[in-house]
Amino acid sequence: MTDRLYVGTRKGLFVLDRAEAGWAVVSRHFLGVGVTMVLPDKRTGRVHAAVQHGHFGTKLHRSDDGARTFVEAATPKYPPKPEGLEDIEPFRKKPVPWSLMQVWSIEAGLPNQPGRLWAGTIPGGLFKSDDDGDSWQLVRSLWDHEGRKRWSGGGYDFGGIHSICVHPEDGAKVSASVSIGGVWRSDDDGESWRCDGTGMRAEYMPPDLAQDPVAQDPHRVVQCPAAPEVLWCQHHNGVFRSTDGGDSWTELQDGLPSTFGFAVAVHPTDPQTAWLVPAEKDECRIPKDGQVIVARTRDGGQSFDILKDGLPQQDAYDLVYRHGLAVNATGQTLAMGSTSGALWVSDDQGDHFECVQAHLPPIYCVRFDGGF
Amino acid sequence: MAVVHFTQNLRRHVSCPSVSVGGNTVAQALDQVFELHPVLQSYVLDDQGGLRDHVTVFVDGCQVHDRKTLCDALKPDSEVYVMQALSGG
Repeated sequence: MTDRLYVGTRKGLFVLDRAEAGWAVVSRHFLGVGVTMVLPDKRTGRVHAAVQHGHFGTKLHRSDDGARTFVEAATPKYPPKPEGLEDIEPFRKKPVPWSLMQVWSIEAGLPNQPGRLWAGTIPGGLFKSDDDGDSWQLVRSLWDHEGRKRWSGGGYDFGGIHSICVHPEDGAKVSASVSIGGVWRSDDDGESWRCDGTGMRAEYMPPDLAQDPVAQDPHRVVQCPAAPEVLWCQHHNGVFRSTDGGDSWTELQDGLPSTFGFAVAVHPTDPQTAWLVPAEKDECRIPKDGQVIVARTRDGGQSFDILKDGLPQQDAYDLVYRHGLAVNATGQTLAMGSTSGALWVSDDQGDHFECVQAHLPPIYCVRFDGGF
Repeated sequence: MAVVHFTQNLRRHVSCPSVSVGGNTVAQALDQVFELHPVLQSYVLDDQGGLRDHVTVFVDGCQVHDRKTLCDALKPDSEVYVMQALSGG
């Protein structure tokens, strides 16, 4: 049974353990400061946390004592911007700052890649470490790619990498998903990149540009560890699934109350089973009818169960951000955290939820110890 | 020597006692501070070496003009305050 959860919020990192009486907060870190991502690395036991000081920049901290104490570690740093270089975000027409704004994703490499970490950031840099976070290198092959100049901001002013999927059998195969900029893939450990998957569509683009892979806004992309050719994507205007490693995507619509949302989680061993948290579309970004629900499919997205038990069904305006939904390594236990600071856990794949914390700060990310 | 002071809000996160340093410009003075306290640099400056958006520096009561290269001049007895902007939520 999974018994530890890390919850990154706008006002700190909260560590919860499951005891006989239920889930309880056992430690709090960085109170008052945002924690945008946390990675409990099951290879080493080390816990990495991205700490976002409003005034003083983003830092990485890590713990080697089971999240009792954290120390500041090296932080990804952008290289000097060449004099005279024009690097403009295409929607807002603002210069792209070559400066770390936010660490949006951190993922570990494979067990046979000791020390390997990946970090996705805003404004769009992907960073790699081969010494377990003692130093970071900007992946220039992606940053300098012509296609990167077409990445644009959405909710944030600049595009960023929020989802990094490392192929569980071949660590050289990596994908980095960009809001807004599509799903980028590398087969050579980040030496070269392509964004050429077909099948996604962008409602917010003119019709003749709607299929453009780089124009897509994948809100979250996850990969099934046991069937890595299967990827799930909660996109800005739809839910998509790929069974060929991202070469092509199929849109799923039947049975979903809304196609808008941020989060998606996939079962670790069953690529047919996934969970989404639909919300009222774009213009509102609230739960439909004030009811928090989870949509679960067990047939690859052909149909969805709408799960409500234990979730608020009246005047609830909790939104679940892209990293706010997690499943544990057994695929049985789900955790979900909202913008209103509610944290729910289910031990039966979502049939029943229990609210284990009601008043945390707005939740950015939840992650199980030993999860993926 | 100029004296550089740091906002209490920063002291909460990283060690930054007031320190007397040489230098003819804000950049030179801060460089000396960062030699003494290397971790401090990324809290005050962004990746390109400019002042962070929500950090400001006063020299003898006046806000600095050059936030990018910090070339504002110092006098031998200048008082430099590294402060945070009033922003956030």
